[in-house]
Amino acid sequence: MAEEMKKLIIDYVKREYLEEDSGVEVTENTKLISSGIVDSFSMVSLKMFLEKKFSIKIPDEKATPEAFDSVDNIIALIKEYVKV
Amino acid sequence: MSNFKSYEECYKDFNWQQSEAELEYGKNGMFNIGYFCCDRICELGKGNKVGLIWEGFSGEIKTYTYNDIRIYSNTIAQFLKDTGLYVGDRICLFLDKVPELYIGFIGILKMGGIAQPLFSAFGEEALFTRLDDAKTSAIVTSKKHLGKVRRIKNKLPQLTKIIVVDADEVASPQVNEIHFSMEKAKKVENFEIVKSGPEVPSVIHYTSGTTGKPKGAQHAHSSIVAQYITTKWVLDLHEDDIYWCTADPGWVTGTSYGIIGPWANGVTQVVSDAGFGTEKWYAFIQKHKVTVWYSAPTAIRLLMREGMNAVEKYDLSSLRHLASVGEPLNAEAVIWSEKAFGKAFLDTYWQTETGAMVITNFPGMKIKPGSMGKPFPGIIATVLNPKNYKPISRTGTVGLIALKPGWPSMMRSYWNNPRTYEGKFKNGWYICGDRASIDGDGYFWFVGRDDDVINTAGHLVGPFEIESALLEHKAVAESAAVGKPDPINMEVVKAFVALKPGFVPSDDLELDIVNFIRKRLSPLAMPQEIEFVPSLPKTRSGKIMRRLLRAKEWGEEIGDTSTLEND
Repeated sequence: MAEEMKKLIIDYVKREYLEEDSGVEVTENTKLISSGIVDSFSMVSLKMFLEKKFSIKIPDEKATPEAFDSVDNIIALIKEYVKV
Repeated sequence: MSNFKSYEECYKDFNWQQSEAELEYGKNGMFNIGYFCCDRICELGKGNKVGLIWEGFSGEIKTYTYNDIRIYSNTIAQFLKDTGLYVGDRICLFLDKVPELYIGFIGILKMGGIAQPLFSAFGEEALFTRLDDAKTSAIVTSKKHLGKVRRIKNKLPQLTKIIVVDADEVASPQVNEIHFSMEKAKKVENFEIVKSGPEVPSVIHYTSGTTGKPKGAQHAHSSIVAQYITTKWVLDLHEDDIYWCTADPGWVTGTSYGIIGPWANGVTQVVSDAGFGTEKWYAFIQKHKVTVWYSAPTAIRLLMREGMNAVEKYDLSSLRHLASVGEPLNAEAVIWSEKAFGKAFLDTYWQTETGAMVITNFPGMKIKPGSMGKPFPGIIATVLNPKNYKPISRTGTVGLIALKPGWPSMMRSYWNNPRTYEGKFKNGWYICGDRASIDGDGYFWFVGRDDDVINTAGHLVGPFEIESALLEHKAVAESAAVGKPDPINMEVVKAFVALKPGFVPSDDLELDIVNFIRKRLSPLAMPQEIEFVPSLPKTRSGKIMRRLLRAKEWGEEIGDTSTLEND
């Protein structure tokens, strides 16, 4: 499941936040917020995506730049709320 | 001891010539902001003083003395001139918060160009609208944002120069693209700064209104007279301060108080290009020993949400003075900041159009948490009756915030749009577009906007621009954008959308529309909620009743809708 999540999130980040010819590689460890790939204002749209795709509600106080700073961090956050 | 003495004394005796005299504004025929932000500081013997400490995403640090800023801005000015740009050309800065943005701003002014900074998170439609309106000749950008420029450049025939500052990384430049590296270019020790008169246009900042396209508030070089003294008195900058303004120069705070004010005062400022993060910000303050911090209510409320635990992990004892701008600072945030940092954030009120603070709290003045403070000396402010535009004398009565025209940093017009500019004046007053009341002690209390413009995280977003962009989405038949209350951002954008036949509401469609707006306009204009509706309420003439939808979001009584129906 983690692999599926990882692929889904990486694909979304590449599609929505990077230019086609950016040449930027995104892995589970790539810094997303602190590298500027996803600016802090756009974090809201990433949160919306996660909530809709995984049918969860992430409390605003948990949606910090640190929690969204890598795909690994995001997966850890989602796992707190996904019913398995 | 603060730079500001007693409010009553300063207000009574003040005139703008005092600021001009301190700056020696106009000496040897020099009025150009670029000169006052570095060359003059060097002439005062502070060339070796650090003017800018910049920290990037990955923690890399670059430091520039005032002499470095002078030489690099000369280098940029000379380069722009050599490419064939002229005095009066609009030159856009479309960059993240990199050194080239700050120093490039000064370089543009030195060669007589009109600087047009734009928020680098703007999408291509927002960028196009603003470049097209200003008939911008050149854009200074980086590889990261080049794709957006490339996609619109064919629709902008006057945009003949696309200058890429991280040039080495661009493999194959396209037509009109020029590579330029500030640090690798041959340094220009001496540049003849254009002796612009005080009324010559300096900067255009775009701002949003309820209707029509964004408007370019055009400022003149003499704005520095107000920006210098308000920085000195309200931000209380001293010789040995380390100053941090968190605003992006794509917006007016980032130029008035993130470039012009601090550099005209010759202080050291720090810039972080690493975005927001509670602990990241505290670590930044601790590392650079920031003493004066100018930030925004949204950021302060985010810090507040993280609580005292985060505060207590860092040594923030360097902080001496705090101020805030962008939207009203709620009383809770003022009180919390006193507890967390040992001093309260002082709220300051001003706008893109005013160019500098106009109503503000001052160091040493009694703070009434939640109040905007009092008019800056030299500013005559009141609230007007919205029916007859006459000043309201009764204390506590809500009216339109209005200012007597004539302060140095007031916009001189809206670019290309004098009619809208003239519409901002009633009975000899400039109407700010906000509502407030004044209490018995002369303090102003913000109530809200007087129009449909959405103030989200301190940035004004025009509903018309969002609605126009929404209509470009293949599924949208009609739409309305309103501000809805938000505990952190004050307001966020909510869109009501009626779909075209053949489309049905779904999570995927909502996400698609949200991202469509984010990429076309900006993340700030992006709706944080979309409500799909079968149709939108309209007036008899077919106009969408946006006010009705907004009132619903705010839980306000709309009253008799028959008047709206006849709008």
